Amino acid sequence: MFDNFPLWPDRASTAAANVDALFIFLIIVSGLMTGLIFTAVLYFAARYRRQRGVRAEQIEGSTPLELTWSVIPFFVFMAIFAWGAVVYFKSRTPPRDSTEVYVVAKQWMWKLEHAEGQREINELHVPVGRDVKLIMTSQDVIHSFFVPAFRLKQDVVPGRYTVAWFRATKPGAYHLFCTQYCGTQHSGMIGSIIVQEPAQYEAWMSGGSTGPLSATGEKIFAELGCVTCHRTDSQGRGPNLQGVFGKPVQLEDGRSVMADENYIRECILDPGAKRVKGFQPIMPTFQGLVSEEQVNALVAYVKSLAQTGAAGGQASPAVVIPATTPAKGSKVNP
Amino acid sequence: MAIPSGPQGERENYLNKHYGFGSWIFTTDHKRIALLYLLSITFFFFIGGFFALLIRLELLTPSGDLVQADTYNKLFTMHGQVMVFFFLIPSIPAVLGNFLVPLMIGAKDLAFPRINLLSWYLYIIGGVMMLHCMLTGGVDTGWTFYVPFSTAFSNTKVIEAGLAIFVTGFSSILTGLNFIVTIHRMRAPGMTWSRLPLFIWAHYATSIIQILGTPVIAITLVLVVAERALHLGIFDPKLGGDPLLFQHLFWFYSHPAVYIMILPSMGVVTEIIACFSRKRIFGYGFVAISSISIAVFGFLVWAHHMFVAGISVYAALVFSILSYAVAVPSAVKVFNWTATLYKGSIRYDAPMLYAFGFLGLFTIGGLTGLFLASLGIDMHVHDTYFVIAHFHYIMVGGALMGYLGGMHFWWPKITGKLYPEGWARLAALIVFIGFNLTFFPQFILGYLGMPRRYYQYPPEFQVLNVLSTAGATVLGIGYLLPMIYFLWSMRYGKPAPDNPWNAAGLEWKTSSPPTTFNFEEEPVVTWEAYNYEELDAHPDEEAPSVG
Repeated sequence: MFDNFPLWPDRASTAAANVDALFIFLIIVSGLMTGLIFTAVLYFAARYRRQRGVRAEQIEGSTPLELTWSVIPFFVFMAIFAWGAVVYFKSRTPPRDSTEVYVVAKQWMWKLEHAEGQREINELHVPVGRDVKLIMTSQDVIHSFFVPAFRLKQDVVPGRYTVAWFRATKPGAYHLFCTQYCGTQHSGMIGSIIVQEPAQYEAWMSGGSTGPLSATGEKIFAELGCVTCHRTDSQGRGPNLQGVFGKPVQLEDGRSVMADENYIRECILDPGAKRVKGFQPIMPTFQGLVSEEQVNALVAYVKSLAQTGAAGGQASPAVVIPATTPAKGSKVNP
Repeated sequence: MAIPSGPQGERENYLNKHYGFGSWIFTTDHKRIALLYLLSITFFFFIGGFFALLIRLELLTPSGDLVQADTYNKLFTMHGQVMVFFFLIPSIPAVLGNFLVPLMIGAKDLAFPRINLLSWYLYIIGGVMMLHCMLTGGVDTGWTFYVPFSTAFSNTKVIEAGLAIFVTGFSSILTGLNFIVTIHRMRAPGMTWSRLPLFIWAHYATSIIQILGTPVIAITLVLVVAERALHLGIFDPKLGGDPLLFQHLFWFYSHPAVYIMILPSMGVVTEIIACFSRKRIFGYGFVAISSISIAVFGFLVWAHHMFVAGISVYAALVFSILSYAVAVPSAVKVFNWTATLYKGSIRYDAPMLYAFGFLGLFTIGGLTGLFLASLGIDMHVHDTYFVIAHFHYIMVGGALMGYLGGMHFWWPKITGKLYPEGWARLAALIVFIGFNLTFFPQFILGYLGMPRRYYQYPPEFQVLNVLSTAGATVLGIGYLLPMIYFLWSMRYGKPAPDNPWNAAGLEWKTSSPPTTFNFEEEPVVTWEAYNYEELDAHPDEEAPSVG
């Protein structure tokens, strides 16, 4: 019977248990509050119903009581806030060295590309027990990547990357929904996340790849002639991209930004916006010349240049605006 | 205009002083304008309700079978737009507020009677534009108009709908302006701020939001129109704009707008609870201040609609904590209403049943708000049916219950007729049961992960959707009943005494219905609000029970 009438969603990621624990806590707290209020209302309503000859007793109010029922809820609320903030912060901060998947949403499908090169549509294969980071953008309107079983949701916004991550804990096929209304077939923009045991996953991964995404990126990098300026020595007219990703970059206007996915993306599509210190504004925009998938490949390539160097992937919160050092007013303004 | 025909009694009143179409559409009497609003918003309520009915019917089955996907998208869009902008926002302020604010403070009319009429004209112009838009194709952006879908991708009448709402917004601004000036300048002698009924405090707080918030949505809609029609790059990243900017602007108004809907309802419920438990309101000052602090804090929480939209983690933290702050004054109100019942002398007439219903539904709506304000949980339930259930508990369960309670409470004053009490109690019960059956299953659906605005859905969600649709049918009957017996009572209802509830408040000290200028002579107030002790001190004078 419960196949047709589930009362609790599948729990298939590390985040799911955290969210559920908080949810249950909130059900208890609000259940107690509801019980308290309803009992009081019903009791008073019955106990003090109008009776002949009995008059209401006028009560002015009570400041101690008012303070009590302001302050106690306030502290309860703050506890809920703090717990919620911790859960959220964890879910918004991808761990280092996650497996990366690039997601491109469009009306009305999900295009997913593994860093290893496998491409999928409306289906994403992932292994149990590995951190997966989603680097997402949209080709048209705003979509939202929602996997109820993972308690994971992140809007996918055109013109920028948003980031989400999860670690699946249970093999199976789970719904992927679009939860940001996106037009006619919004409710048809659904897919599945297929969580596999590592062995099965490796078997699946061994087929269908056209080579790693970064290699595709390298090819595009060469084809577009990026190499002529972005040389691997210090003689180029553009910055040397070796080891840039994941490090702070000094800008011409004195600010400093973190070279994350959004920054690389912005440099490709709007090179003038955050120009690196010491370089001339000579790079043309590639807006309209490269597809979202090609931008992803280029980003993956630039990223791979950093990994050959010292540090691994940089953990950065999933902020949309490129993560910046405290420099004020560093909002994206293409 | 539906004027009750037949003998009006001997006394001259605002309804029988003038007759004819012109005497209504050129009236500057706040009471007549309130009735004009009542007719117009009731019309839009049933249009919005009809859309809701079609939505619920479509969702009976998992597959999309009753209507086309595009039609469904238009249905939920127009359901939202009609209900929010053409029913809920004007509901209590423009009808009950318009009727009662001058009466309650002892004034002849609002400060600007002609501006009051203008506000109704603007509402009608906006309403006609909206109707035209709906009849010639409609709009499918969702009531939220999210960009770049609305500016670059939708093929429907976005501009027309936006302009309709733009125009209607001015009617809301003018009503708020009128109330603020009236409450400041036109109180009767002795009607000090601390003697004002809490209904007035609630409307004062509402008016602040109306005049400060509405211009922002107006500007935002103009920007949407500019981008869509003239391709100015404001929101669309392809044109160099920022789609999240739209969301910030939209919710800067549309979150406080929720308080435009709920605060007046809280005011109504306060009056009803005081009257039917024969008590002064527990903690008058705290209830009054809580209205104002809701209005103020309400402006600081908008981005809690955007926790997963891609705002910074730190911004999300700030907006989450502020959202919890705004929950405190709402909780304080609930506790004060409950405490008012203590040692009261409680009667269960229909308005009080609606007030009880309000308390129950608002409590559930408010507490589920705590879930959504929690960052960790919002990640999961945002844009699912959990949100739908939550805001219907507030905006329909809360606001509409209060509206209906108020309509019953003041109906004798407005029309001079008594409604049939038995039917009214039955309707209150039906609404309460139907409402919970409709919306409670949606909390579970939401946590299971059913996204909002889906016209087809995976089959495991069906049982709960069927329950919800069944509830909606019951709810629909509950809403039709009052309309029927209210209309019936206008012709056949018993004449109402001036003060059928033996209620406190200046509006009960004039005739039912009142004369055009409300009071025979300007009242002088020498008592506190809710002086039920004095009123009940002479049981002989008590009016006979109603119904």
